[in-house]
Amino acid sequence: MGYQLSFTQIWHNFDKLWYGLILSIELALVAIAIGALIGLTLAILYVSSGRIVRAMISGYVEFIRNVPLLLLVYLVFYGLPTVVDIRYGAQVSFVATLSIYSGAYLVEVFRSGLDAVPRGLLDAGKAMGLTPWQRLLYVRLPTMARITLPSLSNTFISLFKDTSIASVIAVPELTFGAQWINNRTFRIVEVYAVTTVMYLAAGYLILFGLRLLERRFRVDR
Amino acid sequence: MLEAIIYSLPYLMGGLGMTLLVSLIVVALSLVAGVVLGVGLIYGPLPLRLLIRLLTDCVRGIPILVLIFAVYYGLPPLGLNLSSFWAAVLALTLFKTAQVIEYVRGAVSSIPGGQMEAAKSIGLIFSQRLRYVIFPQAIRRFLPPWINGVTDAVKGSALVSLLGVVDLMTAINQVIGRTYEAMPLYVAGALIYFAINYSLSSMSRLLERRFAYIKE
Repeated sequence: MGYQLSFTQIWHNFDKLWYGLILSIELALVAIAIGALIGLTLAILYVSSGRIVRAMISGYVEFIRNVPLLLLVYLVFYGLPTVVDIRYGAQVSFVATLSIYSGAYLVEVFRSGLDAVPRGLLDAGKAMGLTPWQRLLYVRLPTMARITLPSLSNTFISLFKDTSIASVIAVPELTFGAQWINNRTFRIVEVYAVTTVMYLAAGYLILFGLRLLERRFRVDR
Repeated sequence: MLEAIIYSLPYLMGGLGMTLLVSLIVVALSLVAGVVLGVGLIYGPLPLRLLIRLLTDCVRGIPILVLIFAVYYGLPPLGLNLSSFWAAVLALTLFKTAQVIEYVRGAVSSIPGGQMEAAKSIGLIFSQRLRYVIFPQAIRRFLPPWINGVTDAVKGSALVSLLGVVDLMTAINQVIGRTYEAMPLYVAGALIYFAINYSLSSMSRLLERRFAYIKE
């Protein structure tokens, strides 16, 4: 008995996938924004602090990077509320997890970006009589931003893919939409074919846009 | 709180065994497939190169979770019945193979072209050129990222719990289902994963430093 392809049920429920995709992108956007804030703060702290602060930051980075995201999602959603008196929904919980997760990756990105700012630029800033804060704000950070842009876009793409994990705590993003349709219509092959194409198309479109942006801001060294 | 962890430890270790088994099979299969396809990507004829490029870009472009569901739910209607274990292993292997192909490509293309030409000029055939000239040099570039990438296989193996395979992640959730001690068990699980992956990534860094003396 052959399997008859039929996409009618998929188009019928396509809004589940479409809004799921949009939610996936939104989750990734919020997570990278908060994650960048965490990453940047910790990276600046790292390069300007002593051994103890550095060890603590490394501890955070290493811990997050070496534990499965799925476990972190469970830990924050099911585990944390049992010990701390906080209440949040699945979406907030997931965004918090993904932000902390991306923060750990971005610390490394920003730290190497800060290190890659040419020494001469900082010396030039000093020679102009800029204060340390001004040197950081007007010389080091803008240069770092341009150096780290490619890594940032790669991180964003991988966060976009990681949002699929949100489906395990019933956040209605793209993968959850696929499962929802699958459970109701049993058009298994079709729904995953469409979902795969949506992830690929969205991922490569975003990547393409970011690459254009990178070319615009590339540092010629 | 601590009793819960100690009490459930033997059960968690059973799950850990499954996690390690899945990771091990995935790593072994993807190493073989990745090296073969990676060599195909560099030296193969154009159609083959395009095909491998398409495969890796597609696999890397979708979330592993979707890949796992697509293999697990999508293959049976097409006539291929896999158990949840093998479906998970197949999906993770596809994902990991795409990674290994990239490592191989990076490592081999970092070897100067003159090496290949020199090997040709002394009359080595293709397999000899790879075996005696290219691979011994490329392995130093390949090993550190590859070992680091094994952590991805271990982390990715947590997703097999969603297909009902009783790995470490499932074991943790099952213990929590009985004891309602969510936090200590998730923390214990995180520490177990951390211990495995941190040793792997430390080993990768160590090797990288060890091989760092080789400069063109």
